[in-house]
This record gives sequence, structure tokens and C-alpha cells, in this order.
Amino acid sequence: MARFLARRLIHAVFVVWGVVTVVFFILRLTGDPAAFLVDQTATREEIAHARHLLGLDRPLYAQYLDFITSVPRGDFGLSIQQRRPALPIVLEHLWPATAELALAAIVLATVLAIPLGVVAATHRNGALDHLSRLGSLFLQSMPSFWLGLMLILVFAVALGGLLPAFGSGSLRHLILPALTLAAAPLAQNVRLIRSGLLEVLQQDYVRTARAKGLAERGVVYRHALRNAAGPFLTVTGLSLGFMLSGTLVIETVFSWPGLGRLMVQAVPGRDFPVIQAAVVVFAVLFVAVNLIVDVVHGLVDPRARVA
Amino acid sequence: MIRLGRHGVALAGVLVIVGSAVLAALAPALAPADPIRNDLLSRLTPPMWMDGGSGRHPLGTDTLGRDVVSRLLYGARVSLLVGFAAVLVAGAVGVALGLVAGYYGGRLDDLLMRVGDVQLAFPVLVLAIAVLSVLGASLGNVIVVLGVTGWVTYARIARAETLSLRQRDFVEGARALGARDGAILWRHILPNVLPPITVVATFSVARTIIAEASLSFLGLGIPPPAPSWGAMLDEGRNYLTTGWWLALFPGLAILLLVLGINLVGDWLRDALDPRVERGM
Repeated sequence: MARFLARRLIHAVFVVWGVVTVVFFILRLTGDPAAFLVDQTATREEIAHARHLLGLDRPLYAQYLDFITSVPRGDFGLSIQQRRPALPIVLEHLWPATAELALAAIVLATVLAIPLGVVAATHRNGALDHLSRLGSLFLQSMPSFWLGLMLILVFAVALGGLLPAFGSGSLRHLILPALTLAAAPLAQNVRLIRSGLLEVLQQDYVRTARAKGLAERGVVYRHALRNAAGPFLTVTGLSLGFMLSGTLVIETVFSWPGLGRLMVQAVPGRDFPVIQAAVVVFAVLFVAVNLIVDVVHGLVDPRARVA
Repeated sequence: MIRLGRHGVALAGVLVIVGSAVLAALAPALAPADPIRNDLLSRLTPPMWMDGGSGRHPLGTDTLGRDVVSRLLYGARVSLLVGFAAVLVAGAVGVALGLVAGYYGGRLDDLLMRVGDVQLAFPVLVLAIAVLSVLGASLGNVIVVLGVTGWVTYARIARAETLSLRQRDFVEGARALGARDGAILWRHILPNVLPPITVVATFSVARTIIAEASLSFLGLGIPPPAPSWGAMLDEGRNYLTTGWWLALFPGLAILLLVLGINLVGDWLRDALDPRVERGM
């Protein structure tokens, strides 16, 4: 287990290093990062001055070393729009707004998926199974932000403001964006739990549990579901990536004051320190969650430790 | 009965895709109006079956008086072009790298797979937005960005298949007969790698169309006034109370097209990949 942990940890650190390197080079795709790091109204002299101040007139490897050593210290430079360090701004938007939204969505996508997946599996090829298949297909085929717009149209416009269309601050504000963000992972989870259960329900220990007279509910929830959880856990970790992408559009739709909306709003203002910090934070979150999922999976199931 | 039903469903999917392609190709002939011409006198005209609607604008007009049907027809061009072109880029790059990595193994293989791990750490839209904010939004840039970010899945599948194929008798046989590596990869391994790749590619066309719509919705896709379904939704979202049709129809168009592609993908998966349980 210790070796497994160490290997996974080294791998995660490597990936984060790669991420920071990619972020360093994104800004240099056009050749002149200075143009992105100063105010758009800056004169040529001001840009030249900034280039010198930011060390952009030094050789590329020196700049890279500089960047790769400042990032671990949390130094992404000053936000161009707010004129204060970029990372704290990013973290203020991540916590609590985006964390709240993402956690609510993960809980919804998991808690609703378990009974729906069980019903689909136990009524295999029945009407309920087909209905859940159709529902999943539809939810996975629509852009999440459009689902959000339609929910607003129904709950905020047609039903006369039953739920608020935008803003944050109360549980009622959280409902629509969390539902929207949860929709696609929910659809995926239901199908996963169903196929996982169907596989597990054919195993010998399930037959044994049935043979000893356990009620079907006990067989499904106590024995089968627990063993179908491994792949489900892994996919939940991966689907966080889609969810993080989802926050960009969904926070924009619902004017949710989180990291996704911050990043989107930083683009027209060309606030590159904020964009860079946001990209790194998004990627680190993703790597960290998948590391945790792997470790938990490894703790629960020794077979997972070899991978 | 279920088999017949599945074929029928897949056929419906094919019809949706082909139908969209035909409508997109014939957009200049079919569109009732110029998709980018403003007509402020008839702005926010509702669909024709509602009070105040007119047969000249079957699905109404937007806030600048532009015809919604025409914009939908031209928007289909963007969605289809970006969806298929980006997946072609991703598939070509990914399969080529995966074949080489799987066939030769060693350091190159390690390096490619580690680069893939780094790539996968970026949520797609996050990376796309960062890159587009530097390069600028344009049709070409959107295709390149969505294409380049998508290579890893193809590389991983192609690599895994190649690993299991390169020791097989028919490959050993070809090698014994003096075939060169390039010929073995191209003639003997690639054809066996393509079926699973096709399945994945189909689903990613659907996902890429949604990604393009998301980018356009955020103002980072195809620059206005060119019609794109995502951009239409962006323009419509501020008029939910006065012009609900602006937010409804482009979304329905995306849903229909993506649904059609996913149905075909499901069918292909069942047909090409016997390992997957039928009825999933």
C-alpha cells in the first residue's frame, strides 16, 4: 500500500508540473506575452517597460524557471483588472461559491442515481429500464447551459418566480444551478450503476446471499451495490472534469459568483494572471480528486493497487 | 423485436445526421432570409403560430430582427463542420501517436502516455478558453483547439489495441515475410484498430458539437454576426421573458443533432464491439 501511495503521489506531482509548464507556454503561443499582461490601453513604451519589469526580455529558460518557482509559492502575478494578487482572487471564487455548487451537484448526481440505477437494473428491459435509458440519452445529448435556460424559463419565468433565476446566497438560489450541473453526471451514473449491478448480480456470493434467504432488497443494497461501487467511484472522479468544465457555462447562465464565471469574465478583460491561476487551480483540483479516488479505491479494493 | 427496434432507432439517428447535413448544405436556397441582415422594424417577432407572428419568419426573429430559421440553417454548418473536423484532427493525431507508442513501446511510449496524463488533467473547456483567449476566437482556432485537446482517448485506445495485436500470428507472419514496420502498422494493425476508434469518434463528434456551442455561448467560438447555435443561445438568454423562442429553438436543434449522433454511436458500439453487453 505504501508503494502504491508513493507511486500515485509522484505521478500526481509530475502531472501538476506538466500542467504548470503547459500554462506557461499557452501565454507564449503568440510570441509576445507582454501584450497580455498589461492594460489594453498601454502605449508601446509602457509595454516595453512592463516587459522589462516582468522579466520578459530575459531568455525563455530563465522566464520558465522563474514561473515554475513562483507558482508553488502561489505567485501568479497581479490581476490586471483588480490590481491585487491573482491567486487569492481565484481562491475566493472557488470557496465557497464553486465548491458549494459542485458539492451539491455531486451529492445530487450520486444520491438520485443509486435508486434510479437499482430500479433500472432490477427491472431489466422493462418499461422503467427503457424510460431511464431514454432519459439518460436525452440528458447526455443536451448542452447543460441550455438545460439551465429551460429550467429558468419554467421555474423562474413561466411559474412566476417559483425559484430565482440568478444570484446566490440562499438554498433556493442553489437548486437550479445544482440540478443543471448534476444532470449529465446523473444520467451517466444511473447507467453505470445499472450495468455494474447487472454484472455483480450474477456472481456466486449474490446467489449465496439469496440462497440463505436474504430479502432481495438486502441482496441488492448490502451485497451487490457495495461491490459495484469501485468503477462507479473511479468514474465519479473523472466526471468531475466534465463538471469543472460545466461550471464555466452554468455559473455564467445563473450569474453564480464562482471560479468558472470569474475565468470567463477574465477573458474579455485579458486578465491573464487570473486566467493562468484559474487554469492551474482547476487542473490541480482535478488531479487531487482523482488521486483521492484512486487511493480510496485502493484501500477498498486491493486489486486496484496494481494499476 | 429489440434488435429490430435498435436498428430502427439507429436509422432515425442516421436520418437526423444526413438531414442536418442536407439542410446545412442547402441553407442558401432554403433560408427565407439573409441570416445576418438586421431588420429592426420586425425585431422580436414571435413564431408564425402565435399572435403577431408572420409566415415570413416561421420561427420568429431575434432582437436585431434577424430570421431565426435562417440562422438555424446556417448555424448547422458551423456545428457539423466543427464537430467532424475537430474529431478528424483528434483522431488522426491520436491514432498515429497511439500506433507508434504501442508498436515500438519503450521511452517514446512512456513519454506519450505521460503527456496524455497531463493533457487529461485539464478540463476541456478550461484549456480551450485559455488557449482561445490568447489566439483569438475564430472558426479555425476552435477546430484546432477542440481537435488538439481530444487526441488522448484515441491514442490510448490505439496503443492498447496495438499492444495486443503486435504479437499476433498474422503480424508475426507479415514481419517474417519481410514487411516493413510502416506497412505492418498501416495494413495489418490499423484496420483492426479502427472499429473501436470509430465508436469513440462518433460519441466525440456529439461532445464536440456541445463544446463548440458552449464556447460560442461564452463568446469564444465563431465571432458574430456569423450564426452559430451556441451564440444564438447567448443572445437569447437575456430575452427569456419577451422572446422565449430565441432560447428554445437553437437548443432543440443541438439536442436533436447530438441525440441522432449518440443513437448512431450506441448502435455502432453494439455492432462493432461484441464485448459490450447488448441492451446497455
